[in-house]
Formats: sequence, C-alpha cells, structure tokens
Amino acid sequence: MRFLVKRIALMIPTLIGITIISFTVMKMAPGDPTSLMTDLNPNMNEEAVKRIRAHYGLDQPWSIQYFKWLRNMAVLDFGRSFAPDNRPVIDKIAERIPITLLINILSMVLIFSVAIPIGVMSAVKQDSMFDRVSSLIVFIGFAIPTFWLALLMMILFGVKLDWLPISGFRSLNYSHLSSVGRILDIGKHLIMPIFVSAFGGLAGMSRYMRSNMLEVIRQDYITTARAKGLDERTVIFKHAFRNALLPVITILGLSVPGLIGGSVIFETIFAIPGMGQLFYQSVMMRDYPTIMGILVIGAALTLVGNLLADLLYSWADPRIRVSD
Amino acid sequence: MAYKKTLLIVTLILLAVCLGCNEKSAETSPAGEGNIATESNPSSVTMSGPSYGDMLINGSIGDASVLLPVLASDSASGEINNLIYNGLVKYDKDINLVGELAEKWDVSEDKLKIRFFLKKDVKWHDGKPFTAKDIEYTYKVYVDPKTPTAYSTDFLKVKELHVIDDYTVKVVYDKPYAPALGSWGQGILPSHLLEGKDITESPLKRNPVGTGPYKFGEWVTGEKITVNSFHDYFEGRPYIDRVMTRIIPDLATMFLELKALSIDQMGLTPLQYVRQTNTKWFNDNFNKYKYLGFGYSYLGYNLQDWKFKDRRVRQALTMAIDRESIVQGVLLGLGAVTDTPYKPDTYWYNQNVKKFPYDPEKAKQMLAEAGWKDTNNEGVLVKDGKPFEFTIITNHGNDIRKNAAIIIQRDLKKVGIKVSIRVIEWAAFLKNFINKRNFEACLLGWGIGIDPSQIDIWNSKKTGESELNFINYQNPEVDKLLDLGASTYDREERKKYYDKFQEIIAEDQPYTFLFVQYALPIINSRFHGIEPAPIGIGYNFTKWYVPKPLQKYTIQP
Amino acid sequence: MFLNEDFVKRIRRNRMAMAGLGIVAILFCVAISANQLAPYPPSRIDTANILAPPTWKHLLGTDVLGRDVLSRIIYGAGVSLSVGFVAVGISTLIGMILGALSGYYSGLIDRIVMRFVDVMLCFPSFFLILAVIAFVGPSIWNIMIVIGVTSWMGVARLVRAEFLSIRERDFVQAAISQGASDARIIFLHILPNAMAPVLVAATLGIASAVLIESGLSFLGIGVQPPDPSWGNMLTEGKDNIEIAWWLSLFPGMAILITVMGYNMLGEGIRDSLDPRLRR
Repeated sequence: MRFLVKRIALMIPTLIGITIISFTVMKMAPGDPTSLMTDLNPNMNEEAVKRIRAHYGLDQPWSIQYFKWLRNMAVLDFGRSFAPDNRPVIDKIAERIPITLLINILSMVLIFSVAIPIGVMSAVKQDSMFDRVSSLIVFIGFAIPTFWLALLMMILFGVKLDWLPISGFRSLNYSHLSSVGRILDIGKHLIMPIFVSAFGGLAGMSRYMRSNMLEVIRQDYITTARAKGLDERTVIFKHAFRNALLPVITILGLSVPGLIGGSVIFETIFAIPGMGQLFYQSVMMRDYPTIMGILVIGAALTLVGNLLADLLYSWADPRIRVSD
Repeated sequence: MAYKKTLLIVTLILLAVCLGCNEKSAETSPAGEGNIATESNPSSVTMSGPSYGDMLINGSIGDASVLLPVLASDSASGEINNLIYNGLVKYDKDINLVGELAEKWDVSEDKLKIRFFLKKDVKWHDGKPFTAKDIEYTYKVYVDPKTPTAYSTDFLKVKELHVIDDYTVKVVYDKPYAPALGSWGQGILPSHLLEGKDITESPLKRNPVGTGPYKFGEWVTGEKITVNSFHDYFEGRPYIDRVMTRIIPDLATMFLELKALSIDQMGLTPLQYVRQTNTKWFNDNFNKYKYLGFGYSYLGYNLQDWKFKDRRVRQALTMAIDRESIVQGVLLGLGAVTDTPYKPDTYWYNQNVKKFPYDPEKAKQMLAEAGWKDTNNEGVLVKDGKPFEFTIITNHGNDIRKNAAIIIQRDLKKVGIKVSIRVIEWAAFLKNFINKRNFEACLLGWGIGIDPSQIDIWNSKKTGESELNFINYQNPEVDKLLDLGASTYDREERKKYYDKFQEIIAEDQPYTFLFVQYALPIINSRFHGIEPAPIGIGYNFTKWYVPKPLQKYTIQP
Repeated sequence: MFLNEDFVKRIRRNRMAMAGLGIVAILFCVAISANQLAPYPPSRIDTANILAPPTWKHLLGTDVLGRDVLSRIIYGAGVSLSVGFVAVGISTLIGMILGALSGYYSGLIDRIVMRFVDVMLCFPSFFLILAVIAFVGPSIWNIMIVIGVTSWMGVARLVRAEFLSIRERDFVQAAISQGASDARIIFLHILPNAMAPVLVAATLGIASAVLIESGLSFLGIGVQPPDPSWGNMLTEGKDNIEIAWWLSLFPGMAILITVMGYNMLGEGIRDSLDPRLRR
C-alpha cells in the first residue's frame, strides 16, 4: 500500500511536466486559435476579433493562461472545443476513448500472447529454422506501413472474400442485435484493426523476450538445474521462463504510447471513431482545447500503464516489495 | 431538398473544413444549368411505381459539426441540414427561384419591400405549426452580432422586418438589393424552441427540429447520422424512409465500401469515374451522373508583387499555361476550361470575353515586350537583373490542385519561368500566407453562387486583412459595375453589367482562370426517380424511391 | 573503442546483420547515384500516358501524372533516407548530450534530465509529431527536426546507463585523479566506450523515421510534392490500388525492405555485441 501511494506521488511531477509540454506545443502554432473563426469572414471586424480573443482569455500573458488551464484541468475541465460544435472537450474525448482503449488493450493481449511464445521458442531453438522464419515475419510486421497493410487486408477479406466488414466497428443493425450478437458483431469488425495494430508490435516484444530468455538460459542456476538431471521442458518452462518474463512486464507500460500513437492511422483508414481520429481532426481544425486534452489524457494513460506494470512487477517479484 | 444560395465565403470555408473534398459532396453542391450527362442503365426491369420504404446510405469523409444551418459552415453539416430544414424560397430544377415555405411573394415598385405569403399547412417535426414568428426569429438570429454565423451579410442589408399576420411577412431594404430574394433560401429555425435562448448553447445543435422532408433520428459522433422521413411533410411524405450518412475519413476505404455495397452513394474522383467504375458489375449495380459543379479553380497573382503588376505579363502567363492539358491530364476530361469567374454553361457567363489560349511562343514574345528576356541564356527570363522565379502556394489535401500546380510548373518552365510549389496545411495557409499577403501566386478555388454578385472578391475596398480580395485587385470601373449589378432587379439589364465586368476581368487577367470540375455522384441503381436537371440531381430527392421488390433494408422504427 | 577487430568479426559472423548491411549498402548506392540510375527525370510529366502498367519503357509503370515510377522510387530513396538520417542524427545528438550530462554529473542534473525523459516517454510520440508538423508546416526539414526532437529519449537512457557503469571503471577513475577536465573525460574516455548501444539505437531509429514519414504522408502532412518520398508515393498509390497495383506495390516494398534492412542490421549488431547472447 505504501508502495502504491509512493508511486502515485511520484507521478505528480511527471504529470505537471506533461501539461507544460502540451501547453508549449500549443504555443508553437502560428497565429492564434481564433484564426479559423475569423479568417476570410467579412463579418469579422477588429472589434469582434478582440472580443473573441478576450472570450478565450488569449489577451492574457502565457503564464496566466497556463495556470488557468492547469487549474481547470485538475477538475477534468478541458474547456470547450473550438470546433463549430463547441462541445465540452471532456465529452468529446469520453465518447471516443472506450473504443480506442478496447482496441489497444486487445491488441496488447494479442501481442503478448503471440510474441512471448515466439520469443521463447526462438531462444530455445536459437538459429533454427523456426528462429529465422519467425524473426523474418515479425520484422515484416514491423516494417510494413500500417495503412498499406490495412488496405490490402480490406481488399482481400472485405471485398474479394467478403468474410469481414470493411470499416467501422459495428453493423448498422447493431441496436437490434442480442447482447451476444453485439459482441460477435463488434468482434468481427475489430479483427482487422486489431491484427494490423498488433502485427507491428510483435517484433519489439518477441525480440525482447528472445534475448531475455537467451540470457536466462545461460545463467548458472539453469545449468545447475540441468545438471541435477531435470528434464529440459521443466528447466525451460518452470525455471527459465518465469525469470525471463519478469522484465517483459515493464515493457507493458512503455508500449502504451506507441499503440495509442498508431491509432491515428488505423482509426482513419478503418473509419473507427476513436481518440486517434479525433486528435487528427482536431489538429487539422486547430481545435486547441481538444488537442491539449488528448495529449494530456494520452500521456496520463501511459502513466497508468506504467503504474500497472510496476504493481504487476512487485507482485510477481517479491524482492521489490521487500526492498521498498 | 432546397438549394440554398451558396455564399462565396462559405464555400471557401467548406473547401477548408472538408479537406480535399471539392471533388466530392456531389449530392448537395448546387449544380448548374445545362449539360448533365447520365451514365446509367435505363432501368432494366420495369417495376411497379413508386413505393415507400428502404434506406439510402451516403458516404461522407467528415462528420457534421452542428445541425443548425445558422451556425454550420461545413459541407457535411450542410448536407444533413438540407434534409431537415427549408428556406422561404428555393431554386427549382432549372435554377429559377420558387417558393418553398413561402406560397408566393411580391416586390414593391421601388424594389425596397418584399412581402412573403407563407404556406399554411406546414408543421415543425414536433407537430407545432410554422408561422411568421419563425421568420422573424430566424432573421433576428442571423443579424444578432452575438451569433457566430458566416451568413449574416445578406440579412444585414435588411432595414426592418414586419410580421403582418401569422402568415405574412414584410421585409424592407435601404436600397434595392438584387440578391435579396435568393438570400431567403437560408434555413428557417423554429422560434418556439429557440426564442430567448442562447443559440450556441441550444440542444438543437445535436438534436435539430425543422420543417423539412426528414426529421432527425440519431447521431453517433464520428460514425453515422440517420434521419427518418417526415410523414407530415408539406410536399408529401418522401418515399425513402431513412437516410443514413456514414462517416468514412479515407477515400480509398469509402470506395471499397461502395464496392461491397455497404454504401449507396458517394462522389467519385475523376480517376474513379473514368478508370474504376466502367466494369459491367458497376454498370449493373450503380448509376453514375456528371454535371459541372458550381465552383472554379484559378491561379491568383498577388498584384502588389512587382513581377505581376504588368497586365501583359499576366496575359502571357495565361497563354503559357496549357489549361486544356490540365483538364485532360488531371481531371481526365471531366471539367471545362473557364475564362471568367462564372460557370460556363449558365446565363451569367459571357462567351465573348477576350481569350488567351495556349500559345507559348506568343507568351514568350509578350514577356519580351514587357522586358523579360533570357539575356544570360540560362533558360530563365531576366528583367532588371532579376530572374523570373516565383512560388505557387496551394492548400494541402486537394490532389487535383496539387497536380494542376505541378503541370503549371512544367508549362512555365518551357517559357523560361521558374516556379516552385508549396503545399500548405489550410490553417497556416490562411493565417500566414493569404491573410498576410505573403505569397506570389496561389492556386485556389471559389464556389460560384447562383446569384451573380461577386463584390466581396473583386471590390477595391475588400482588401483588408482576412478580406477576400487578397490579390489586391483595384479597378474603379469594376467596383461601379458590381454595385450596379447588385442593385438591379431586371435580369437582362443586370446581365449587361456582369458581361462588361467579365470583359474587364478577362482583359486584366488578375487570375488565370483554370477550370470548372464536374460533380461525379454515383448511386446504387435500385434507386429510381432520379431525374438529372440543370441544377443537378438532388432537387427531387423526396421523389426518389426503391420499387418494393428491390428494397434492401427494412426500417424498424 | 568499440570498432575493434573482435566486434567486426562477430558482426561478420551474424547473418542477419550482414543481410541488413547488404540492403542498406545497396540503398545507399541507389540514393547517391540517383542521377545516373534513373531512366527519366522524376518529375517528367506525360499526361498522355498516365497510370500505364509496367512495360520495358517504364519498368515499374507510371503514376497519375504519367511520371515514371521507377525514377521516382530511385529519387525517393534519397529523400526517405535523408529524412531517416538527419532525424536520427538530431535525436542521437540530443540523446548523447543529455545522457552524458545525466550519467556523468548525476545528482540534480540527472534527476531533472531523467524526469524530462520520463515525461517525454509518456506522450504518444506520433501525436506530438503530428501536432507540431501540422503547426509548423510539413517541409522536409521540419519533419526531420520534429522526428529528431521527439525520439531522443532511448539514446539518452542508454548513454546514461553506460556512463554510470563506465565512470566507475579504473581508467576513468585514473583520468579523474590525474585532473583531466570533465570535457576530456566525457569525450575522450567515456563516450567512445558507450557508442556501441547508441549505434544500435540509431540504426533502429532510422527504420522508425522512415515509417513515421510514411504515416505522416498518409495523413497528408509528410514530405510534400513535387519531392517524391516513398511515403507520399504510397499514399498516392493507395487511392488507385485496384486499377494501378504498381503505384502502391513498389513504394510499399521499398519501405518494407528498407525498414527491414535497418532493423536486421540493428538487431544483428545488438545480438553480436551482447556478451550474454553469445554461445
């Protein structure tokens, strides 16, 4: 418990750092956020522009703007969107975050459940055919541009074979389906996006697992275990695997930003109304409050991921708790 | 569906918001007179007559932003709003102004007063009757300085508005204003739901109530918007029960969805129209339409730049650019070269202006007369020791403009002018370049309003920061002609002014007018009753239908 | 020094590294000799011959403006690779400086730098890149710089870790006791010994930068025309994928092979460097 409190307390300065960087990014934009509202609009005279600037507090110095923003953010008030819908940013993000999280969590589960066995096998049979082929495949997964792979899959599975829906994340008749039907429906829609998103992440995880495993296998206690005459399977899976897995947990938190970042592309191509798509649209519209909101929330999600990873680690490896 | 007057400014914003979609959004972009080609299979099976039912699914690359016509300036919202709201007037299939919510109107002798007589059997979607109070409220909202609307210009010309009785309204103008009638095509808002409330906070932004043929159903942000037919619609219940707009941000994905028959209608790119949809399968399943869109693309020269001050240079530039090859190469022939800021097949277009057809030799000669010569034999023209080099800027997200710029670059190189191209993301494009007049030449497009008034773009005084005459065109005669045009009701007399205006513009060549593109909608062939007309295809949408045996979706209310 | 004989020998024995090195070397040759190799100028337009499939005249076909795809891919190699190189150059430089400061001085500087690294690592970097590029404009230099300043954190951590361990070694301690200046110690004694993992990170970084550029191009804010980058070519090809497969296949393969090449090289070096992985 004390560990948890301490970890959370440590997050606060990081969070403040996150807000400072998000704010700075905003200030890098040329002109100011009112430009899209006022530009090329003959009804906007200087007076009106001034009024709008004052309305958004843009006539005040930076530092004051920042602290105001920070104060509002502490109560999850990210302000109102500059887009014509003018809705509270928190609402816009809230309605889009679940689908993005769902896809990212499922894709992370997929990455772990495929990459770990691949890594272990490649290490155990180092330089074997399996090692080579699996390395090649995971490298291809990393190297292929996401949107191209997505499009190729859509043509194959969506148009040519007609097995899977092409885009979106649920069918038009979704609201008339039973609850089991709904789950199946969403599942069918998410197969391609999750595959595309996970395929790219396999390389990092499996290679990491492979080198951990190789390292562990060469350690003394494994040699000892072998010498004691334990059979190879027991040695690998009972002794080596458990120890090689530990460091992988820390990667969990670190891989969150990469996945969320990738969501911009696959959400755009698969027409999934998630946070990545919202971010891209907001950037193009210069919707500053939404951009800042998503940057902060995206970064905060990573913090949560890191925290979870730490907790998991301390649970899996009691040494940490003891030393703390 | 009513076609609202397209304001130039708004269209520019549209082009921005809906990045690169000017080759799309065919359904509701007002179409022009004449030339409508249909490539359809003449309904193969003779079906039973019109019947109710089924759903039409549209593809849109952007989500709507707000479903109140006074606040919306993006085309995605506009398309939905057109189904939900009506104006007092609309343009019919031959681009004549006819009544929509107004039964009829009369204009006083001095052209200063217009009286509208409203239809009496019109109901709002919530069942409340539509009355003159709604007109009064709508007017007040449009001119309220607190309302962030892009459509106030026309309404600000109104001196006063009187409600005479429940079904009669009188509008008074300071001086005769010819675009006035058309301006009443703007969507009328329900006063009983909005009066006395802050419109920017209204729940109707996402849950609209109108008088139009379709009433709002559901809006799932970023995913889809559905509207359902309004059975009490004053022009009769629409045949198609439901219209759904699916938001699919990527064009390639949208086209795949069309191929999978998951969407029924989208706007095609020229390449898709010419190369991808000519198979038997497409001909069996879809009908394609094409008509000239209401908008043109141009290369605008910053007239404050010394290089472009000489009219001969601008004329030579136009002659050096092979516009026909842009239309053939970039639009694959699906467009027309234009020489004036009007649509070539409309009443207002002046055929007889001076033209500058492609002639690089003559162009070189004229440039030489203006002092631009290849003195150092390096292939680049020089005057006063300075080489003829400039940068064309255009906005990002529009492949057609980008490719047109690339062809212009090639053509001008042939006469010894070195062009660079910069593609700039829209917000920065406006803020840092156009508004600051920080450009040499820009490749952009304007929407062409149905009304011919173009004061905002060409008037000498409209050159302030963020005004539309950003190339700084100054011509007192043009100013006078445009003012005369705007205050003249008589169509023939009015045309004389605009004809003269076009002659001057063509001679001055402040822009090189490039082309007008075709709108290229494709629609699933189970939809019948589509009758292409000068204004396009969407005007009789409520009369489109799917014969019973062909209906695909059953609508569960 | 890390470039000793043993290192070279080990890499030469690593097949993956050698395969990657081969790919990278070929790409280099292509990029530098683009002028000689390309059959046509990359921006030669031929509107009468658009979207022509591969023939002897145009080995990889033509694009929407009738430009030769092969020539554009060859020139694109230079553009895509220079994005990768400059971006990684920037990130490596920042990473090494901050990592060295942090590892050498420890204490407050270390705490500040590491906190900064933590913060930067929290952001989905593609979000940051996307936003900044959109704001400052997608010129090729901006893309390089922005990718560079958002991807230095890994290098900083690596360098810091190496510094912490090398700093305690005898030869460094000896140099310190002899009164060598900080700069001398950092640049002459420690940094060269910390280069190996940096090399690995840089190689992998080039691979990511090429991918990031293609992602930006997909969103329309990558390298802008008329400059051909593989990313913007692939994006252009995507819209015509069903009628002109050559328009997306070849740039796509170019990206795939290049990224794989750098990846294999990087992973191969890592494997052969890592004493723990040696048989």
